[in-house]
Amino acid sequence: MAVTTKQEWLERTYQRSKERPVRFSTLSDLEVEPLYTPEDVTGDYGTALGYPGEFPYTRGVYESMYRGRLWTMRQFAGFGLAEDTNARFHFLLGQGQDGLSTAFDMPTLMGYDADHERAMGEVGREGVNVTSIHDMARLFDRIPIGKVSTSMTINCSASALLAMYLVQAERTGVPWEQVSGTIQNDMLKEFIAQKEWICPPAPSLRIVTDMVEFCAKKAPRFHPVSISGYHIREAGSTAVQELAFTIADGLCYVQDAVDRGLDVDDFAPRLSFFWDLHSDFLEEVAKLRAGRRMWARLMRDRFGAKNPKSLMLRTHAQTAGVSLTAQQPINNVVRVAVQALAGVFGGVQSMHTNSMDETLALPTEQAVMVALRTQQIIAEETGLTNTIDALGGSYAVEALTDRMERDALEYIRKIDEMGGMLKAIDTGYPQREIAEAAFLYQRQLEQGIKTVVGVNKYQVPEEITIEVLKIDPVIEERQIQRVRKMKRERNSVAVREALRLVAEACRSGENLMEPICEAVRRDVTVGEISDVYRAEFGVYKDPGWI
Amino acid sequence: MAKPGLDGHDRGAKIIARALRDGGFEVIYTGLHQTPEMIVEAAVQEDVDAVGLSILSGAHMTLFPEVIRLLKEKGAGDVAVFGGGIIPDEDSAKLKTLGVSEVFTPGASTEDIVKWVREKVQPRQ
Repeated sequence: MAVTTKQEWLERTYQRSKERPVRFSTLSDLEVEPLYTPEDVTGDYGTALGYPGEFPYTRGVYESMYRGRLWTMRQFAGFGLAEDTNARFHFLLGQGQDGLSTAFDMPTLMGYDADHERAMGEVGREGVNVTSIHDMARLFDRIPIGKVSTSMTINCSASALLAMYLVQAERTGVPWEQVSGTIQNDMLKEFIAQKEWICPPAPSLRIVTDMVEFCAKKAPRFHPVSISGYHIREAGSTAVQELAFTIADGLCYVQDAVDRGLDVDDFAPRLSFFWDLHSDFLEEVAKLRAGRRMWARLMRDRFGAKNPKSLMLRTHAQTAGVSLTAQQPINNVVRVAVQALAGVFGGVQSMHTNSMDETLALPTEQAVMVALRTQQIIAEETGLTNTIDALGGSYAVEALTDRMERDALEYIRKIDEMGGMLKAIDTGYPQREIAEAAFLYQRQLEQGIKTVVGVNKYQVPEEITIEVLKIDPVIEERQIQRVRKMKRERNSVAVREALRLVAEACRSGENLMEPICEAVRRDVTVGEISDVYRAEFGVYKDPGWI
Repeated sequence: MAKPGLDGHDRGAKIIARALRDGGFEVIYTGLHQTPEMIVEAAVQEDVDAVGLSILSGAHMTLFPEVIRLLKEKGAGDVAVFGGGIIPDEDSAKLKTLGVSEVFTPGASTEDIVKWVREKVQPRQ
């Protein structure tokens, strides 16, 4: 007699074969069933899925998705001095990339000038050094700010960099209303995962909201926050934790802006997101779809957002850096291709694909070209852009989407009970969850429960012989001299006055962005603005939870 | 276990600190954004036998030697210095000539690291 239910199939048919002796779970250790059927999918099409461009946007935020417009191919780039990165920008734009994404060095990211003692050995190594408006000008030499959208990955010193970008736009004749782009500026995830901070969480949140408010009024095409899950995931969280903590961060930003008196529909349309694209294909696709549905419902139900754009989770995504191996690096091309596919099936708006050599160094031109071509091949040769949300309706994908949403909402409920993300961060809740998940994964890897090809299986004894990018240490000295010269030549009275006004705004609660914009016009540096924050708001010390 | 410089990537450092603790070692984790001076001060104060440095920012050729130099200056030159992160092979070879005992790069298991510490790090006299 034929089986008619999944349970029957499991008990009568599936049982005939032996399973391989492995754990059938996602990368995040969610157990996956051998089969999904209509029995596993609940909810009706209209409410649970809907149509692309229609609430709850599960199938896609835009009505035409990639038939209307491909995702933006936006490779993260930055190293050395501004002119070095400018050259890489031109190279990438010339190879068909259609948006820029800027990687800054650690001193810039942490709010130290190139000539600060804390910057020693770090200038230009992990990204480009931008200390003053002059570096910003060199960075965008011959790149029309009004026409190319740029993303800047920077957080605790984001206010200074945004000001520099806007002032540079102004100086090249681009009105602020026309400036499009994104600044990451997601401080909550810094305390949770990326760990780039200056002052404690509360004043850091204030600065973020200042920038949200400022952009809503003065630069309405610009995205003042990129609410990020990438770093949370890279720090070791599960996919569900990535989903939950990111959305919880987003809710905190929205709440803070609303508490300040802003109308949710005035700023929410320009909030953007940033997901990781990790290796477990189905889990990632489900995560992206669940995220859209969750955000739409939460924004409508919790904040009464009415503008459809306030409900649409639009996202950039990056393939998982942490999945790349130093062993047999060419294998990474394959990993990135599969991860990028998940991004496309998951409906992202913008994507960065990692280069094969990034466990060894910043990408060479050749490696980043392959990474860019990966996206282009997927876009042009695979047929995936012909139809929207091709995996929609897959029993496995819908079941996983539902499951991840359910599990993530449980985390959000916990965080709500703690009083919101800011309070949760103070108690170390997300940080400890992440450390725990990271440790569990490492243990599973070392026990062989999880496999990484080339690392704990299919190893070869080898020497890595691919060419890697080297940062010439002489550039640090060059930048130090440049910065010192600029500091000597600028009007120090005007600088002192500008810094005084920034400090005053810190104290009065007035929006920081206008005084900071004026400061950068007067050649005030990233470090100097950050020093005002240090003085006014205090310096946050790592609690060091293991 | 220390995170010198501005690098905030602490996933590995925390896992190794915990694995070493589970392996029976007393571990002090300094937290992030430590200067070489702060690390050496903690090392001397806590009278450690070894210092592990985790650096993923590319600044290893500045930070490792500086920690070694300061340890010597404070009379703790016999403290073993080891570490890991994003360190190209040719740099780790160079670091070893400068006094770094071992460099563990991506893919190294916590089991290897704990074993190495157990076998190669001598308690200071």
